[in-house]
Amino acid sequence: MCALCGILGGRRHWTESTGAPEAFASRPEAHTRHRERQTRTRLVNAVLDHYGLRLADWSGGQYVLRGRTGRTALVDNLSELWAEADRLGSRDCDPLDPDLLADLKARGHG
Amino acid sequence: MAEFAGLTPINVVTGFLGSGKTTLLANLLRAPELADTAVLVNEFGEVGLDHDLLRGVAESTLLLDNGCLCCAIRGDLQTALRDLLSQRERGEVPHFRRVVIETSGLADPVPIAYTLLTEPVLQHHFRLGGITTTVDAVNAPAQLRDYPESVKQVAVADRLVLSKTDLSTPDEVAALRRQLRQLNASAPIIEAAMDRPHPAELLTDDMYEAEGRAREIDRWLAAAADQDALDHQHADEIRSFALSYEGPLDWTAFGVWMTMLLHRHGENVLRIKGLLNVAGMPTPLLINGVQHIVHPPSHLAAWPGDDRQSRIIFIVRGIDRARLEASLAAFNGLAAPEDRQAVA
Repeated sequence: MCALCGILGGRRHWTESTGAPEAFASRPEAHTRHRERQTRTRLVNAVLDHYGLRLADWSGGQYVLRGRTGRTALVDNLSELWAEADRLGSRDCDPLDPDLLADLKARGHG
Repeated sequence: MAEFAGLTPINVVTGFLGSGKTTLLANLLRAPELADTAVLVNEFGEVGLDHDLLRGVAESTLLLDNGCLCCAIRGDLQTALRDLLSQRERGEVPHFRRVVIETSGLADPVPIAYTLLTEPVLQHHFRLGGITTTVDAVNAPAQLRDYPESVKQVAVADRLVLSKTDLSTPDEVAALRRQLRQLNASAPIIEAAMDRPHPAELLTDDMYEAEGRAREIDRWLAAAADQDALDHQHADEIRSFALSYEGPLDWTAFGVWMTMLLHRHGENVLRIKGLLNVAGMPTPLLINGVQHIVHPPSHLAAWPGDDRQSRIIFIVRGIDRARLEASLAAFNGLAAPEDRQAVA
């Protein structure tokens, strides 16, 4: 799996709605980039709990990923995040893993 | 920076050896709508292409260190397209508004998409248009059985064009159509001889063209509705299905889910096309991906019909549909309830 996959170098990442005003033009409510990043961080952390990892916004430009042992990695976007999460975490991140999905339910998510 | 929709579209015409790529292209290029099209071909075949702006390329793929075959830069295209761009800007070639790339019979079209989306210069000037795959109605059953390249060309296509149907029986054509529909639930299947495809039907309509966008979505929803639920294949085979989701999706949660899915399983997610009901949006959002590569989202001006469910067509290898549905629901459930509301 390559760290470049899904990254449109120079463009905003495809997941960032605030970087694609044309596609999201019909949304009546204003979504700021800051709010979107906060929401993304919260959602990702609900998943990363399962792997013993934590994500935080880093000055509004990048994210910092931390493992239990204190190892960290800076990532620009979600596509980079999962490769680093594999590296820092205890096991490979897989959204189809029944253990993860059961964990999300048990924690009151999903 | 130009909006993605404003970039020069690049169509890919692919298909196995002898499946009629050049014949199709030669017919299309006679249409006035495609007069301002530059054409890149891998090899000058027996069917002569008579066109003002025709170049040869030599299909050299630069594999990156990560070993992911879809994430590869096509060095030949990088050079050819940069040259074309520079000549267009200097007025040394006729102004072109579209590029068509005809691949070799064994080519994987996905590195073309990767090259266009990641190459530092090209990404600001070009975007991928549709992928048209020609299928030889006489020889396709054997080719699909024996050559994985052929299966992949069908699986990633936006259009499937059947050639040589006049040399096959109606039963053989019907069986081939069923096989193609199993592999690709969203691509319209067009018979070259019977349907005499119009350029808009094959090349110019796509989800980023304002004029053809609604037609394009109607086409792939109709194709998906036409699909038999053929889940009896072996788990390691390529299959396609349309996944429906009731209720609005939170866009941020969807992004978390999809990036994680493609990170772990992208090599086995050959194609994704989605019409999404995104919370807070009165109109549908369109997504389009090929393996690890996801294009920027686009939107439709109105819902096609009364159905407000999100519909995502997946073309996958060895991924269980029920597990995919459960995973999407779990991730969407992470969003706060107010972020999962339909627009008032």
